[in-house]
Amino acid sequence: MNVRTPLLLAAASFALSLALRAHAADAPSVPDTLKQRIAACTACHGEHGQGTPESGFFPRLAGKPAGYLARQIKNFQDGLRKYAPMEYTVRGLSSNYMHEIAGYFAAQQVPYERSPVPAVSAEALHRGEVLATHGDPARKLPACAACHGSTLTGVEPDIPGLVGLPYDYISAQLGSWRTHTRAMVAPDCMATIANRLGEADITAVSAWLATREVPADAHAQPPGSVTPPLACGVLGAKETTR
Amino acid sequence: MKWLLRIFLAVLVLVIAGFAWWLFGQHHAALPAATRTAAKLQEPALIARGAYLATVGDCAACHTAQGGKRYAGGRALPTPFGDVPAPNLTPDDATGLGQWSFDAFWRALHEGVGRDGHALYPAFPYTSYTHVNRDDALALFAYLKSLPPVRNASAAPSLRFPYDLRASLATWRGLYFRPGAFVPDPKQSDAWNRGAYLVQGLGHCNECHVARDNLGGQPRGEALTGGQIPAQNWYAPDLSTHAHGGLQGWSADDIVALLKTGQSSRGAAFGPMADVVVQSTQHLRDADLRAIAVYLQSLPPRPAPAQPGMQLDPTASLARGVTLYEKQCASCHGKDGHGVGGVYPPVAGNPSVTEPTGINAIRIVLLGGFAPTTAAHPRPYSMPPFAQQLNDADVAAVVTYIRHAWGNNASAVMERDVAIYRHTPVE
Repeated sequence: MNVRTPLLLAAASFALSLALRAHAADAPSVPDTLKQRIAACTACHGEHGQGTPESGFFPRLAGKPAGYLARQIKNFQDGLRKYAPMEYTVRGLSSNYMHEIAGYFAAQQVPYERSPVPAVSAEALHRGEVLATHGDPARKLPACAACHGSTLTGVEPDIPGLVGLPYDYISAQLGSWRTHTRAMVAPDCMATIANRLGEADITAVSAWLATREVPADAHAQPPGSVTPPLACGVLGAKETTR
Repeated sequence: MKWLLRIFLAVLVLVIAGFAWWLFGQHHAALPAATRTAAKLQEPALIARGAYLATVGDCAACHTAQGGKRYAGGRALPTPFGDVPAPNLTPDDATGLGQWSFDAFWRALHEGVGRDGHALYPAFPYTSYTHVNRDDALALFAYLKSLPPVRNASAAPSLRFPYDLRASLATWRGLYFRPGAFVPDPKQSDAWNRGAYLVQGLGHCNECHVARDNLGGQPRGEALTGGQIPAQNWYAPDLSTHAHGGLQGWSADDIVALLKTGQSSRGAAFGPMADVVVQSTQHLRDADLRAIAVYLQSLPPRPAPAQPGMQLDPTASLARGVTLYEKQCASCHGKDGHGVGGVYPPVAGNPSVTEPTGINAIRIVLLGGFAPTTAAHPRPYSMPPFAQQLNDADVAAVVTYIRHAWGNNASAVMERDVAIYRHTPVE
C-alpha cells in the first residue's frame, strides 16, 4: 500500500497535467506585444499603420511624428477632433498608453503609395505650388513649407509631413478645420489658415501636394528646424485672447 | 370633430398636470447667497474625504465636458426627453457653486431642489443621492468648494414639450421621488450595510441598472434588475448573482476584480461601465469594493424568464454564425468561448453576451474597443471593430451564435436590430 500510494499520486498528477495541457491548448496563445494589444487600431489603419491609400479613408499613421500622433489621440478624446468611432475607441486610454501607441506607429517604415488625384488644370497645380512654397502674403497665408519643413516631410516632434498623403485626405482635413470637426488647442493656427483659404485654393494645394514625389528620405526634419510664422498652441504658443 | 377632441384632450392633460402640480409640487424658497466659506469646510481631512466621495459618486463623469475642466460642467446628458446639461460644480460665484451655502447644497442632494428654489431635473440622480448622509454631503461640499473656480455657464436644458413644463417635473417628482435616508439594517453585517449605502446612494447604480418606465421613472421594487439605458442604448445588466440573475455565479472576488481592474474571469467592463471603472470604481478602497460585493451578493434570485431561449428557428443563422466565429473571433476568444484569462474576456457564460436584448454583443462586435485602462491593466488588449467588415446579417448571425453556444441560452438577434444599433451615436 505504502509503495503504491506515491505511484498512484504520480499517475493522477500526470493525468491532471495532461488534462490541463489539453485545456491550455484550446486557449489561444496571445503574443505579449503592443501590436497584439492594439488590434482595435490596426484593424482599420493597418498592421503597420499604412492606412488605406487607395481610398484615403483610413489615414496613414506610419512614420508620422510621435508627438503629432499622440496629440491626435488626445484630440479625439477631448472632442477637438470629431469622428465617433475614434472618439469611442480612445476614450479610456491613459496618456502613457497613448504615447506608447503613437511611438509604435511613428516607428513604422512603410513605402508610400500613389493615390488617385483628380484632374485639375495646370494653372490650379501652379496655384497650389505657389501656396505651398510661398504662401500668399496679401492674404496673410504662410507657405505650407514654413511649418511643415522645406521638403514638406514634417518637423519633429509635432508637425506632420504633407507629401505622400492622398488628395482626398488633405482636402478633407482642410475642410474639417473649416467645419469645426477638426481642431487643435488654441491658438489653432491651422484653423486660421484653412479659413483664409478658398475652396479652389484647397483643391489646388491638395492636388499639388498629392502629386509631389516623396523624397528618398521621408523622415520629419529635426526639432527646431522651422520658425513658425503663426502662433500655434500645439507648438507651445499661449492663447492670447479668449 | 377630430380637432375638438384633440383640444379637449389637451385641456384635460393641462388640467391634470396643473392639479398634480398643486397636489404634489413641493414649493421651495430661494436660499440666500453664502457670504463666506465656513472654517470647518477648509479642514484638509474633510476635503480629502470629500474628494474620495466625489470619486465614489463619479460626479466628474457628468459634470465635466469632453475635453473640459474637471467639475466645470457642460456635458449634456442625453435622455429620451431631451438633453440636460450638467452644471458647473466649481466654486465660481457667477456660474458655479460660489454662492451656495451648505444648506443649499444639502437640499439639492437630498431633495433635488436648486438654490433658487426650483426643482431639479432627475438627470441629476437625487433619487439615489437622497440616501447620502449629511456628514458625507458636507465632505463633498468642502471638496467642491476647494476646487479652483472656473467660469463656465451651463446651457439650459433642451427638453421637448411637455417635459419642459415645470408642472411636468412636479408631477414626475410626485410619482417617483420621496426624499429618503439610508436606514442601516441591524440584522446585516457592517460590510453589507456599507455596500448597500454605497450602491443605493453615491454609487447611484440603480440609475442605469433598472428598466425605466415610459416617463423615465424607476419602478419600485425592481432595484438593480437591469435595463436598457435610455438614449445611450447599452444594456445595464441585472446585478443579482443568484439563480436567473444577470451575474449568476459571480463570486465576491469576480465583482471586486471587475470594479477594480475592469476585468474579471467572467467578463470585462465596456461602454459606459468602462468609464465608470476608469474614473470611479478602480480608485475605491478594497474594503468598499468588498462591501459592494457583499451587498450585491445578497440580492435575491430572479424569476425564470417567461420565454427562455431561441424565439424562432435560427438554424441557418447559426451555421453562418459558427463559420464567422471560427474565422473572426476564435483566435482571441477561443473555440470554446473561454477567452484568455486577463487578456480576452470569455464569451461563454458572459452576461454581456446573454443579456436579454443582445444590444451589448451587437454593439461590441460593431465597435470593438479597449478593455478599461486601469492601474491593474495599464496597457489593455483590444478588440477590432467589425462595423466595416461585417454586414448586418453577418453580425446578427455571429451574435445569435454566441448567445446560443457553450450553454448560453439567449434569444436570437435580428438583422434589423443590428441595423438600428449600427447607427446609434456613440457619445
